[in-house]
Amino acid sequence: MSEPIIRMKDIEKHFGSVIALAGVSVDVFAGECHCLLGDNGAGKSTFIKTMSGVHKPTKGEIIFEGKPLDFADPRDAIAAGIATVHQHLAMIPLMSVSRNFFMGNEPIKKVAGLRFFDHDYANRVTMEEMKKMGINLRGPDQAVGTLSGGERQTVAIARAVHFGAKVLILDEPTSALGVRQTSNVLATVDKVRKAGIGVVFITHNVRHAMAVGDRFTVLNRGQTLGTATRGEITPEELQDMMAGGQELATLEGSLGGTV
Amino acid sequence: MSDATQTDERIKDISRLRKTLIRPELGGIVGTIAVFTFFLLFAFDSGMFNAQGVMNWTVVSAQFVIIAVGACLLMISGEFDLSVGSMIGFAGMMIAIFGVTLDWPMWSAILITFAICIAFGALNGYIVVRTGLPSFIVTLATLFILRGFTIFIPQTLERKTIIGGIREAAEGDWLAPVFGSKIFGGLFQWLGDMGVIGTFTRGNRTGEPVVDGIPMLIIWALLLVAFGHILLTRTRFGNWIFASGGDADAARNSGVPVNKVKILMFMFTAFCATVFATCQVMEFGSAGADRGLLKEFEAIIAVVIGGALLTGGYGSVIGAALGALIFGVVQQGLFFAGVESSLFRVFLGVILLFAVILNTYIRRIITGER
Repeated sequence: MSEPIIRMKDIEKHFGSVIALAGVSVDVFAGECHCLLGDNGAGKSTFIKTMSGVHKPTKGEIIFEGKPLDFADPRDAIAAGIATVHQHLAMIPLMSVSRNFFMGNEPIKKVAGLRFFDHDYANRVTMEEMKKMGINLRGPDQAVGTLSGGERQTVAIARAVHFGAKVLILDEPTSALGVRQTSNVLATVDKVRKAGIGVVFITHNVRHAMAVGDRFTVLNRGQTLGTATRGEITPEELQDMMAGGQELATLEGSLGGTV
Repeated sequence: MSDATQTDERIKDISRLRKTLIRPELGGIVGTIAVFTFFLLFAFDSGMFNAQGVMNWTVVSAQFVIIAVGACLLMISGEFDLSVGSMIGFAGMMIAIFGVTLDWPMWSAILITFAICIAFGALNGYIVVRTGLPSFIVTLATLFILRGFTIFIPQTLERKTIIGGIREAAEGDWLAPVFGSKIFGGLFQWLGDMGVIGTFTRGNRTGEPVVDGIPMLIIWALLLVAFGHILLTRTRFGNWIFASGGDADAARNSGVPVNKVKILMFMFTAFCATVFATCQVMEFGSAGADRGLLKEFEAIIAVVIGGALLTGGYGSVIGAALGALIFGVVQQGLFFAGVESSLFRVFLGVILLFAVILNTYIRRIITGER
């Protein structure tokens, strides 16, 4: 395999006396979906915030496209091509899909020297991109509030891709969704991966991870418990690793393997 | 493929009716039609719809429009300004202090007043975005601070709370007419001569039309509506205003400079209040410490009648202007119709309640909440 797009080496992050990350290494290749699994408090959020420039690592190295990187703030990361799609904080329900899609990146057309929002261009591109992702909009001026949770995630992903993301970080995109919406989002992830973008997929649902993941890294208590490639590991093993290997095994027995 | 387009079009057909229904201006349009129908039926003969009457309620409406435009953009960006009324009193008093008491040239008095008031707007905004406190509280504080100064300063300097002589001080000034003059006087004289509008038949103005021009106040109102509407709907900055009020965190995540947008909107609101005040003192020729009382609420009510959501992120400048028009027409119309003027407040309360209920319903349709 070639060089990874982004390589996070031995990342440590301390908040005062709390060690949130104690040496985590993850690398992401173009066109792969790298799943980051972990239970609540495992350090997933801290890790992706470090990756997207919100936190500075206390120790460790971030190498992006072969060069060491030092993000001052999230805008640097976005400019470099690292886009994060947050579970909730992505879309504004009262605004139209096209206004949301271009939020912060509004296309400009000049009329008599004045700079205006190019609605025609924005509407056209929004409709095209939505069609690619398989969302049938009533119109580009439809409010995001009328979309389902899965569709909103998809719009957010399409937006990140359209604006040149090379690494796409998805923060628990499926955790609040129903079955059908989840499969839609997973299908979107698959499309994005095939377009050659490195996807970091954060979840604590092993089945969702197994559905699209190429490689799996499990975090527990701020440490990596190793990275496995698809086919090398069973869902049960992943589940055990996430839970730290103990009680869940017995609990799962009594629940009939439904967790 | 053809199937897909057909399906698409069918959905669009259904939505067209809803689309016209869920415009933010809906309440304002319905209200405007209702109000005009009512007064045409019940007050047609009262003189409300002759030239003088029309000018009467147009001027009052234009006053509401000027402050409503600022309040509207600010509310869409997610904030309130309760200090608008005090700002009006304060701005008028500053013009009087600089222009009359200190005897500066009127243009410099007007410019320095604009600078001071916009700076206060910026301070409002800065405190709100810095502390994260609700703008309701921050600007409530400014309301009292500014009103206090508006009374204290003339008391200390002149031992009175009303300063006159502004019209005389503005004589021959180049900037004052931008706020205080009337235009198209020739046109109205001609209309009067043609008998289209009435002329004075007695006194020393015999032959002059009863309406002798369009006050600059109305021009300002129209310009501000056009500017606000284009800014909001047709520019990148307008998208940022919606985004800042819709969800500040989501907007920040997308790289929208939310704090800058909000501070600028506070400054714009202060600008509108100062325009109002300047037109007012030029018209009256005096500044009073009690000017602008309760104007902040009237502005907010006009904006809400116009379809903006109190929580921000949704609204329309055209709607706010219609809200202001309803306001002006009803306030003056009740006077023409000979109705007890205290009933105006009853009307205000009722229409505000209806507007908020309608807006909540519209928002449910837009966001698909059930």
